[in-house]
Amino acid sequence: MKALRKYLDKIKPNFEEGGKLHWLHSTFDAFETFLFVPNSTSRSGVHIHDARDSKRTMTLVIVALIPALLMGMYNVGLQHYMALGLEVSLLTKFIYGFLAVLPQIVVSYVVGLGIEFIIAQIRKEEVAEGFLVTGILIPMIVPVDTPLWMIAVATAFAVIFAKEVFGGTGYNIFNVALITRAFLFFSYPSKMSGDQVWVRTADTFGMGKGTVIDGFSGATPLGQIATTGAGSFGEFTFQGITGQPLSISDMFFGFIPGSVGEVSTFAILLGAILLIMTGVGSWKTMLSVFLGGAVAVAVVNLFAQNAIMEMPAQYHFLLGGFAFGAVFMATDPVTSARTERGKWIYGFLIGLLAITIRVFNPGYPEGMMLAILFMNAFAPLIDFYVIDGNIKRRLKRATPSK
Amino acid sequence: MANRINIKKGLQIPLLGAAEEIIKGTVKSEFVCICPEDFHGITPKLAVKVDDAVKAGTPLFYEKNHPDMLFASPVSGVVNAIERGEKRRILRIVIKTDSNEQYEDFGAKQVASLSGEEVKKSILNAGIWFLIKQRPYDVVASPDKGPRDIFVTGFDTAPLAASYDFLLKDKEADLQTGLDALAKLTTGKVYLSVSSKTTLKGLLDAKNVTISEFNGPHPAGNVGVQINHIKPVNRGETVWTLNAVDVAIIGRLFNKGITDLTRTVALTGSEVMQRGYYNMVIGTELKQIFEKNVTEGISLRYISGNPLTGRKIDGNGELRAYDSQVTVIPEGDDIHEAFGWASLSPKRYSAGATYLPFRKKFRLDARLMGGPRAIIVSNEYDKVFPMDIYPEQLIKAIIAFNIDKMEQLGIYEVAPEDFALCEFVDTSKLELQRIVRTGLDLLRKEME
Repeated sequence: MKALRKYLDKIKPNFEEGGKLHWLHSTFDAFETFLFVPNSTSRSGVHIHDARDSKRTMTLVIVALIPALLMGMYNVGLQHYMALGLEVSLLTKFIYGFLAVLPQIVVSYVVGLGIEFIIAQIRKEEVAEGFLVTGILIPMIVPVDTPLWMIAVATAFAVIFAKEVFGGTGYNIFNVALITRAFLFFSYPSKMSGDQVWVRTADTFGMGKGTVIDGFSGATPLGQIATTGAGSFGEFTFQGITGQPLSISDMFFGFIPGSVGEVSTFAILLGAILLIMTGVGSWKTMLSVFLGGAVAVAVVNLFAQNAIMEMPAQYHFLLGGFAFGAVFMATDPVTSARTERGKWIYGFLIGLLAITIRVFNPGYPEGMMLAILFMNAFAPLIDFYVIDGNIKRRLKRATPSK
Repeated sequence: MANRINIKKGLQIPLLGAAEEIIKGTVKSEFVCICPEDFHGITPKLAVKVDDAVKAGTPLFYEKNHPDMLFASPVSGVVNAIERGEKRRILRIVIKTDSNEQYEDFGAKQVASLSGEEVKKSILNAGIWFLIKQRPYDVVASPDKGPRDIFVTGFDTAPLAASYDFLLKDKEADLQTGLDALAKLTTGKVYLSVSSKTTLKGLLDAKNVTISEFNGPHPAGNVGVQINHIKPVNRGETVWTLNAVDVAIIGRLFNKGITDLTRTVALTGSEVMQRGYYNMVIGTELKQIFEKNVTEGISLRYISGNPLTGRKIDGNGELRAYDSQVTVIPEGDDIHEAFGWASLSPKRYSAGATYLPFRKKFRLDARLMGGPRAIIVSNEYDKVFPMDIYPEQLIKAIIAFNIDKMEQLGIYEVAPEDFALCEFVDTSKLELQRIVRTGLDLLRKEME
């Protein structure tokens, strides 16, 4: 490390004011602060600072995402070889999934970070870390078969129009990863929904070649129940891609078709525990999303007319992006409500809306994305009313009752 | 029975380097410097010239808009130099001290027999009015208008702060006289806040005041927090604020008839070898107590005050006017720590749980530990801000300088020091105290 430090000190003057590479200053700074904690000391105000910075915060979110990412990668391989009717080792399944997802992660990071670096350079600011999380979220919430160029286009759109035009990390109104997904969803619907996109049947770098077995169906469990002809939930069974019935444990551990991040509720739970323990994610938001969901399910169960309306709450929470959205998307501090009381309302309404969209819009069984984006727009309004309570209290105090 | 208030929000930063409760001696320096910038909100006009002889209590300068508000010399001697900066702003007034201390005689007075106006005149005249500050704006109190109430804090919860019980041990009579004097200055009440841990009779049994007992972590000792819990400041109201140590200095004026700006000062910080208390007047050069008493070989940060709100000084700097504490910590600019974002080092301290709590006490340096960012993490400030105010929203209103919003969100109740802990925990490394100070100054200009 010492040699590296020496090298950095040697080339640093080039990037400072007046140096010939000054136009790359933000880039140099980003790499330098990635390698070493900046040794700039406080000039005004407090003389000591907490060791937690933006990099640490984002790192912890990424660590929290890793269990879900690994389980999701394994599941990509699992579903693939199941579709092909091949028996292979656990490791082979994981490697297949890893190779299938890796290019998406690379594309999302290269495009997103590239734009972030360029814009930071133009603004002469430090490169913010926000995209480190967004960049890994994107491959986790899109179908595994999404073409790389689509991810590139959607990421570029989201980073520029959902974040940078508002001023960059910390100023955006909508969750950037969800905007990426929404962009894909509305621009390329055939690649984003239906029965063909959730299980990768093609080979990856020559690995896992083969033909799909008879009776294969790539429909997600939520897709199945939304389009089922069954009159009641009792008559309906969730099926895996080869027609086998799915158990609750399959849904909990994530052996079902779906996008990489959302399938394993178990892995999401591990991430949630880390986020709550470190205080990075708000337990209030997470809990209130589930509360809102539970209330909505209870109401639709009461007036149930068909199978999906009869579906009990645990299925809603295990299937689709509900848990993933609650833990990793709704808790994004920038786009969520910022007051503590606001977070309860914000989360509750997300849960409520997500279930409502799921149940009443059979063409679109996944309500989480729209629910969160919708509530992103309303988060400032929620905060406004929470803070207004404080303002009113102060005004009342100032005008003594005569 | 005292009204007991529990403060739950806040943070006691576990710093290494608390002072041992022993008086290590009295420090006298050849030169004593007074920096008018310490007295926020006044415009100084000189009352002395270079080579003038002064006594302790002789006015060095006065406030431009209140010529009766004098600022006393803490020592007797000869004005050695007047250093000026940009736009001829007075930076420092340097006095070469005499060997035998002489005091201006203001005459000992019985506070009970004085009127409010006479008490005010005595304090102004003795040059120690600056010990009284006011909210809103957190500036030296304006003597024109009496305050709604006066608030006195009887303890300091800042990191490594001096114990008021120790500072006030032999000054209980002065403290009571000071409180009696303050009671004359307001038609409202004098509120004294004491720590639930205090054992000092002078604080617990103080007369002529309303006592509230506070229990909890820093910033429970901040007078702003106490006001917010006892009787908040509303728009259009003014309250005066002091700490008990300064009240005792005012009391001394009436008991002895002299301006004695001697403070008992805690020498603290992880880099000080022999930590303890010293007696000295304000403005005393500190190099004698630093010499051969601090870690060598690394760059150091010397602070007059505590590590949260203190002022950065040089190794040969002086004790600033309001401080009863001097702190030395590592500067940290010579440290290159690799991959801090992934660090599991037990030396790192975080108020949140993003690092594992391996240790009980920490040796923190002056590094920012990150780069400045926009406000990203929510609910960070609230956790260490025990007032009925939304700190993040108030900060944003100040940055935008939206006067209506600032008023609505409670700008009149806060001082920069109330945001010190927010600044410490801030993931985005923003200079919150500077933002609040600038906001208050601009607002004051706008309003007055």
